[in-house]
Amino acid sequence: MSAAAAAAFFDEMNIPDGGVRAGYEAISEWLKQAPRELLVNRKLEAEHFFRRIGITFNVYGDNQGTERLIPFDIVPRVLTAAEWQKLVRGLEQRVKALNAFVADSYNGREIVAAGIVPEELILQNPAFQPEMTDFMPPGGIHVHIAGIDIVRVDADTFYVLEDNARTPSGVSYMLENREAMMRLMPELFGSLRVAPVDNYPDALLETLRSVAPRSASRDPTVVLLTPGPFNSAYYEHSFLADKMGVELVEGRDLLVRDNVVYMRTTEGPRRVDVIYRRIDDEYLDPIAFNPGSMLGVPGLMSAYKAGNVTISNAIGTGVGDDKAIYSYMPEIIEFYLGEKPLLSNVPTHRCREPEALRYVLSRLHELVVKEVNGSGGYGMLVGPHATKAERDTFAAKLKAHPDDFIAQPTLALSTVPCFVDSGLAPRHVDLRPYVLCGADGVRCVPGGLTRVALKEGSLVVNSSQGGGTKDTWVVET
Amino acid sequence: MLSRMADNLYWLSRYTERAENLARILHVAQRLAALPSAYAGASNEWESAIATAACADEFKALYPDGATRENVIRYIVDSPTNPSSIKACIETARSNARAVRTGITSEMWEILNEGWNEMRGIEFDGISQSALTQFLQRVQQMSLRFDGAAYRTMLRSDQYWFQRLGTFIERADNMARLLDVKYHLLLPEKEPVGGGLDYFQWSSILRSVNALTSYHWVYRENVKPWLVADFLILRPEQPRSLISCYMALNDYLDQIAERYGRQGPAQHIARSTTARLQNADMDQIFQSGLHEFLVEFIEDNNRLGAAITQQYLS
Repeated sequence: MSAAAAAAFFDEMNIPDGGVRAGYEAISEWLKQAPRELLVNRKLEAEHFFRRIGITFNVYGDNQGTERLIPFDIVPRVLTAAEWQKLVRGLEQRVKALNAFVADSYNGREIVAAGIVPEELILQNPAFQPEMTDFMPPGGIHVHIAGIDIVRVDADTFYVLEDNARTPSGVSYMLENREAMMRLMPELFGSLRVAPVDNYPDALLETLRSVAPRSASRDPTVVLLTPGPFNSAYYEHSFLADKMGVELVEGRDLLVRDNVVYMRTTEGPRRVDVIYRRIDDEYLDPIAFNPGSMLGVPGLMSAYKAGNVTISNAIGTGVGDDKAIYSYMPEIIEFYLGEKPLLSNVPTHRCREPEALRYVLSRLHELVVKEVNGSGGYGMLVGPHATKAERDTFAAKLKAHPDDFIAQPTLALSTVPCFVDSGLAPRHVDLRPYVLCGADGVRCVPGGLTRVALKEGSLVVNSSQGGGTKDTWVVET
Repeated sequence: MLSRMADNLYWLSRYTERAENLARILHVAQRLAALPSAYAGASNEWESAIATAACADEFKALYPDGATRENVIRYIVDSPTNPSSIKACIETARSNARAVRTGITSEMWEILNEGWNEMRGIEFDGISQSALTQFLQRVQQMSLRFDGAAYRTMLRSDQYWFQRLGTFIERADNMARLLDVKYHLLLPEKEPVGGGLDYFQWSSILRSVNALTSYHWVYRENVKPWLVADFLILRPEQPRSLISCYMALNDYLDQIAERYGRQGPAQHIARSTTARLQNADMDQIFQSGLHEFLVEFIEDNNRLGAAITQQYLS
């Protein structure tokens, strides 16, 4: 990318005329005086740190069973406390509305009656679980843990790119990145007031305990349900269980007797009240869902519906976070909360609407087209970066299944300097803050996971496609 | 705690301990094989290494041309068909540790993970003598550090006790096998022992369990076969002796029983084996046959392992 092209993007640290934005002063100063070897060393140290603690992910389809490190960039990404305050208000509002929408989707569907969201978008959504109809989970909350993906395009504009209301991952990186930075850059922490994030596991545990079923004692037993060590996010599962001080269980460790869930322990069966599950809906219970699932617990769904256990997030929350529903979020917020949305959506064309489809087909070269149910950056077309042949193939797919796609303008994602082979260079970033929603209120730890597209000019931040991470600092200015 | 976690902790420790013992066996075999035959006798050190590692049958099937240095090292260090090779032990220990990250401390995990990462960087094909020696030393160090980290950093709760049970069951088993094999090789029925020829062989047994120096402190005598057996079976001062292992096993099983408010077959078996060791004396053992004694001990030890599994781990 040429310097001129780079200048077209909003850089979060450097102002085009040469100054530095608020919050970044000390970092910029430090980077300027640090010799290159020092940066190289810190980068190596960081790698060594992550390798040693074993924070790795497994790549699917890679039958070597390799555990890989997600690349980590040593330059922190900064948000000022004022920017963060604004974001948090928008995030809380959004997650409240998301919860109201999921609850309504399974109980009455007032929003359909009001003519705002088409009923088929709920009922025909692959994530819709008929089993959940007319059922309200303990505390009336479905989405206890949400990860909201946010991008920035200029000094004042943040967009929500995507809501994650199923089992959002990545929070261990937020915590371990901070741990690494505190070891690597003690001099910066000495001169800046960076808001801490390490209370996240406590906040998560409090949230989970607050939604325990009524049958639970005053000291409810929480467990984290993992698919096991071969899952790509296993490190995170064990990390969170450890930090919360709860058992990390696999399906085979749990059993259901008389609609009550127990875990097998060295002292015999012990009752379980809250399950923070990191297994997808369809694998949770071979009786209720996928009968071939070896990961789940037979009878779990019936224990859940008997009100004897809380599953977190609730089953079927995927109706609230797919890309088709996403485009209705502004209306959803207004409908349930009677408030104007504080965080904007990216303008979105629903290809299911004929007029939008025509527009999208005529502008493929400048739009990003996404599959409604896709994730991980797979199944999407980045128009400006695609070849003519790629666009033509995609156009055919679009015409055949317009319902499966939405399109958005190519956003001028903000950049933050990264330390790459050629030195410091701007790279595009996004941000995933984590929002916790319990019966006792909403919690949001100041920070989140900053993902960065390490390839020059790339806009895809997913770790499966060459993305890396940065520590995110909320700084008092 | 979860039964699966207890099971993982138990086996994690067994495999770490086993890796260390295998490394010691090879280390000693290397030393002996390097001696002129006038000092070391005519026995094949590599054969005895295989016998001690309890894998003679599979080995013979795999290498009909016999126990050469290369074959034995290959097989014990990194053979893909040997589930108890050092490499497999470390792999299994690490994957068990990974499955119970919440059950061990980060210090313990980092030691295993580091050892595993280091091992992956080694090319065992045609490995040089010095690189092999270094690797074997690293394995022993890893096990020592792991043991120390467990001792110094784990909460004294059932997680610690199950971790400990694995260590001591494995240690007792390995020690009994080592003694059994060596006595077979070294104590021909009618030959007098104690001459200069077998001195290195006897001291090698002690060396392989890191007990040569302490032997001298306890007995202030030359290395003598019956004293070596006494030291490694009946002396509570020797931390790897069978009786030490069983005193520890008893202790941890009692703590578990107390915490859980009930005891079972595991406690009974451990107690009776310990009592038998406490009441034994070396003369009697030799009279009724050391081999028979050790074989019976290994069986009892296995019974205890099975009882622990049955009572707590499944």
